[in-house]
Amino acid sequence: MNPTTRLATVASQPERVGLGVMLALALGAVALGAKWVSGPGAAVVAALMLAAVIGLIWVAFVGGLETRRALAPYGLLKPGVLWLSLFFLAPLWSMVVMSLSSKQSRFDFFPSFSWEWDNYRTALTDFRPQFLRSFGYAAIATLLTILIGFPLAYVIAFRGGKYRNILLGLVVVPFFTSYLIRTLAWGNILADEGPVVSIFDNLGLTGVLESLNIMDNGKLLNTPAAVIGGLTYNFLPFMVLPIYVSLEKIDPRLVDAAMDLYSSASAAFRKIVVPLALPGIFAGSLLVFIPAAGDFVNAQFLGNPQTTMIGNSIQDQFLRQLNYPVASAMSFVLMFIITVAVLVYTKFMGTEDLA
Amino acid sequence: MTAFSRRQRVGQRVINTIAGLGLFYIFLPILVIVLFSFNAPKGKYNIKWQGFTLDNWANPFSETELTSALWVSLRIALISTFCATVLGSLIALSLSRYKFKGSGGINLFLVLPLTSPEIVLGSSLATLFLNRGVNFGYVTIIIAHIMFQISFVAVTVRARIRGFDWTLEQAAMDLGATPARAFWKITFPLILPGILAAALLSFALSIDDFIITFFNAGSLVTFPLQIFGASRVKIPPQINVLATMLLIASVSLMVAGTVIGNRRQRKLAGN
Repeated sequence: MNPTTRLATVASQPERVGLGVMLALALGAVALGAKWVSGPGAAVVAALMLAAVIGLIWVAFVGGLETRRALAPYGLLKPGVLWLSLFFLAPLWSMVVMSLSSKQSRFDFFPSFSWEWDNYRTALTDFRPQFLRSFGYAAIATLLTILIGFPLAYVIAFRGGKYRNILLGLVVVPFFTSYLIRTLAWGNILADEGPVVSIFDNLGLTGVLESLNIMDNGKLLNTPAAVIGGLTYNFLPFMVLPIYVSLEKIDPRLVDAAMDLYSSASAAFRKIVVPLALPGIFAGSLLVFIPAAGDFVNAQFLGNPQTTMIGNSIQDQFLRQLNYPVASAMSFVLMFIITVAVLVYTKFMGTEDLA
Repeated sequence: MTAFSRRQRVGQRVINTIAGLGLFYIFLPILVIVLFSFNAPKGKYNIKWQGFTLDNWANPFSETELTSALWVSLRIALISTFCATVLGSLIALSLSRYKFKGSGGINLFLVLPLTSPEIVLGSSLATLFLNRGVNFGYVTIIIAHIMFQISFVAVTVRARIRGFDWTLEQAAMDLGATPARAFWKITFPLILPGILAAALLSFALSIDDFIITFFNAGSLVTFPLQIFGASRVKIPPQINVLATMLLIASVSLMVAGTVIGNRRQRKLAGN
C-alpha cells in the first residue's frame, strides 16, 4: 500500500472505529443498567458486551498515533456520555420495565416484571383528567408566555439601546430566587385577603372575572387560573430568552427597506419580524411546554384538589402510595406524548434551529 | 400619512406598555419576597402583612432546620457543579473542536435530558436506585444533579465557544508547544469565562432543583425540600430572608462577572 492511500484510510477509518467504540461503550452502559433491572433486557446484555469487546479489539488492531488522535473527540466525550447513559438512559429503561411490573403476591415488597399492561390502563383511565389538565394548562401557559414574552423580547431587542443587557439581566433575575419561594409569593399576592383580590373587588371586576371562569366565588387563589398563571410566570424567561436571541439577529434595515418599498408598519412586522422570530418562538414553546406539563409545584401551591396535574399524581403514586408500576406507566405516557408532540411540532416547524 | 404614523405610534406605545407590564409581572413576586422578609407575622404563615420588623434580618439563621437544609444544598451544589462542569465542558470541547461522525447523534443525546420533563427524569432515576437497593441520600442526589447539569453545561459552553479560533492552538504548536501546553496556555484561558458562566448557572440550577431531588433524596432535606415540607406546616419569614440573601449574592456574582468580562474584553481590544 503506498503511503498516500494508507494515510487516507487511516484518516477515515479511525473515526468509524471510534464511533464503534463509543457506541459499544454507551450501549454497554445501558446494558449494565438493563442488567441491574432484572427484566427482559438481561437477554440483550451478552450481545452488547460482545459488541464492546469487538470494538476494543478493532481499535487494538488499527492502533497507531493517527488513530489515537482521531479518537481524541471520543475520549473527551466518553465520561460525560457514559454518565448520561448510566443515569439518564438506563433509568428510562428501568422505568419502562417497572411500568410493566406488578407485585406477584401480597407479601412481595417489590414489584417484578410481568407484562402487566393493566398499569397503563389505570394510568390512562383513572388519571385521564390529570393528563388532560396537564396538557391543557401547559398549552394555555405556553400561549400566554408567547403573548407576554414576545413584546418584552421585542422591546429589549429593538428599543433597549444600551440598556439591552441590563433589561435582559432583569428578565433572568427571578431565576436566582428559589422556584418554590417565587411560587409561594404568588400565593401571597393572590390570597383572598391579598392585594389583587381587593383591587378586583374595588373595581367591581369580580363578577366579570367569575363569568370568565378566572375567579371562583370571589377567590383567585386555588383556581385553575392561578395554576396557569403560576406556570406562565415560572417559565416566562424560557420564552423571552430564545425569542430575544432570534430577534437580536434581525437587521433593522430589513424593516426600513420594507417601509421604503411602501409596506405598512404592520405588514413589515408580520412579514419580516415575525417569520424571523419564529425559530425563537418555536424553541421557547418547547422550553415552556415541556416543564409546564410535568410540573406539580404550581398545582400544589396555587391550586385545589380539582386542579391537580399529572405531576401531582405521579408524585403521589410514587412517593406516598409506593405504587411504582402505575407511577412509571404515567411517567412513560407523559414522556411518550411529549416526544410525539415534539416530533410532530418539529416536522411542522422544521428542525434547523432546534439545537 | 399622519394617520398612519399615529397608528404606528399607538402601536409602539401598546407594545411598550405590554413589555413594561411583563417586567412588572416578572418582578412582582420578587418584590413580595423581599418585602415579606421584613414582615412580623402573627401566625405560623407569613402570608398577610402585619408590620415592619428587622428581627428576621437580625436572626436570619434562627430557623435551624432551614439553615442546615441550606448547607446541605450548598454542599451538594458545589460537588455536583464541579463534576458536571468538567464532564460537560469536555463534551462541549469535543463537539466544537473536532469534526467527527456521530456528532449529530451526540448533540441530540445531549438535548434529550433538557427536553424531558423533570418528573420523568426524577422518577425513572429513583426507579433505577430502588431496583438496585441503593440508599437514598447525598450520593443519589449528587448523581441526579450531575446528570441534568452535564447537558446544561455542555450546551452552554458549546454556545459560548462557538466561533473560537482553533488556529491559535495550531500556531502555538507550530512554535513548538506540546499539545497539552498549547491547550493550557492558549485555549483554556480563552474559553474559561464561558465555562465559569455555565458553572455559575448550573450551580443555581442545582441549589434550586426541587422535582428531581424530591424523588431521589430519601430522608435528606435540601433547601427546596425544606421549603416544600414547611409550606404545609408553617412559613417562617426567615425563608424570605435567606432567599433574598441568595438573590443578592447571585446577582452580585452575575454583575461582577459581566463587569470583569467587559473590562477583559476592552483590554483585549486595546491590545
